[in-house]
Amino acid sequence: MMYAVLCYNSEETVFSWTKDEDDAVMAKLQTVHDRWEKAGKLKPSLRLLPTTAATTLHKARDLVVDGPYAETKEQLLGFYIVDVDDLDEGLKFTRELAAVNPGGAYELRPVMLYYPGAPVEKTGPQ
Amino acid sequence: MTDAAWIERALVSSRPQAVAALLRYFRDLDAAEEAYQDACLRALKTWPVNGPPRNPAAWLIMVGRNAALDGVRRRARQAPLPDEALISDLDDQESDLAERLDDSQYRDDVLRLLFVCCHPDLPPTQQIAMALRIVSGLTVPQIARAFLVSEAAMEQRITRAKAKVAAADVPFEAPGPVERSERLGAVMKMIYLVFNEGYSAGPKDADRSQLADEAIRLGRLLLRMFQTEAEVMGLLALMLLQHSRAAARFDANGEAVLLEDQDRSLWRSNMISEGLALIDKAMRRRQTGPYLVQAAIAALHARARRFEETDWAGIDALYATLEHLQPSPVVTLNRAVAVSKTQGPEAALAMIDPLAPQLSGYFHFHGARGGLLLQLGRGREAREAFDRAIGLAGTVAEAAHIRMHIDRLIAENGKAGQAG
Repeated sequence: MMYAVLCYNSEETVFSWTKDEDDAVMAKLQTVHDRWEKAGKLKPSLRLLPTTAATTLHKARDLVVDGPYAETKEQLLGFYIVDVDDLDEGLKFTRELAAVNPGGAYELRPVMLYYPGAPVEKTGPQ
Repeated sequence: MTDAAWIERALVSSRPQAVAALLRYFRDLDAAEEAYQDACLRALKTWPVNGPPRNPAAWLIMVGRNAALDGVRRRARQAPLPDEALISDLDDQESDLAERLDDSQYRDDVLRLLFVCCHPDLPPTQQIAMALRIVSGLTVPQIARAFLVSEAAMEQRITRAKAKVAAADVPFEAPGPVERSERLGAVMKMIYLVFNEGYSAGPKDADRSQLADEAIRLGRLLLRMFQTEAEVMGLLALMLLQHSRAAARFDANGEAVLLEDQDRSLWRSNMISEGLALIDKAMRRRQTGPYLVQAAIAALHARARRFEETDWAGIDALYATLEHLQPSPVVTLNRAVAVSKTQGPEAALAMIDPLAPQLSGYFHFHGARGGLLLQLGRGREAREAFDRAIGLAGTVAEAAHIRMHIDRLIAENGKAGQAG
């Protein structure tokens, strides 16, 4: 079984860490990551920039709004990692998705760090 | 269980919103601060026992307000309100208030709180002190250390500033659009002042240099409230991109290192990515402002892996925009540096020579002019410019940089002499 592990914390706090504090936390996490990656179980992992860097496309009205997706009526059902030239190209991608899959919204949140992790052999639950 | 570190962080990060709401309620800065302090004391007693509230800011506002009312009632010999330690769950009232905290009214509260700190009647040093005391919640001794003044002097400075603000009587009604944008402009300027206070301090001055981090925190706070303002994105991006170079800007002796000599592997990539993402976002709004343009210039430096790879044509174009938005001889001088890389020293010299009357006391003017004259082979004039620059150098690195040019000039003249 594959799980997406979603990480929640206060961005206000985490992004107020000094470089030393941040490095210390990342180093401790790295030892856990290494162990699970060596076992072939940890796949890509990433760290996101704060919500102030986010942009949201509301699909129904093709409305682009600065900031994160703030509604609580919908649930997080999936996500993509896309490597694009800029935000405009990212929005182009989400608009193409929206055209074939209406309803809800896409939040584009820039990725701060990306670790590829162990190679992926399966693409979904068997 | 709620650990002490979590409580402290929650109190710090709720402070601007809580004090701002209490200020609207009491219409008096001291009363608002006192109510907030009171609420914090109660939080330290209650949270470890009852667990953390879902929305700490809402809890603090409500308890702060009740505590003050309680005092009033007690003085009026009326029945006191129940102590919040006895109420197991503030949840209903709390979530009600928490929902409203996202309202524009609360946004205006925080903006008002930031704005009273940078009221036009206050000189810049008082603005910074007020913001650090009132919004960031730094203690008077902490602020005094950052400004290298005595605690008593800082206490007095803040008391005076508060008195001025009270006399200025900032209205408590929701501001109109024009007023809101004026307040926003003043607040951005104040945040950038706080940033520069920290940015200009070296690593040896740790108390002052941490003000740069505090300014970035305030910038994020402002952007969370004004998510669609391109200039707020620009300001935050500018601070992040400049601060990303912190570790490379000073050498082991604490001396400043020029941009071209910095070890770029020391630049913090996290801050750079965040700055670049914000600029990307802001550009889509097609509103250009001075912070955004300056951020875009910083971004072109951040994108160059080596100094030699800097996009000088892009920087030239951005400085041209900045000259248009915010004309100043220093902006033109900076633009000339970019022009010298794209069009050569002659064109750049033609741009900066007319600035002499305004910039004759400015180190970078003579340094840049000397560099251009040197490239044009006008050694004697270059030497004159360098001599004037050295006399105006503010740091050892600046002086050393000019010294290097002079030494090279002397060496080359020597060779020319031998050949002749």
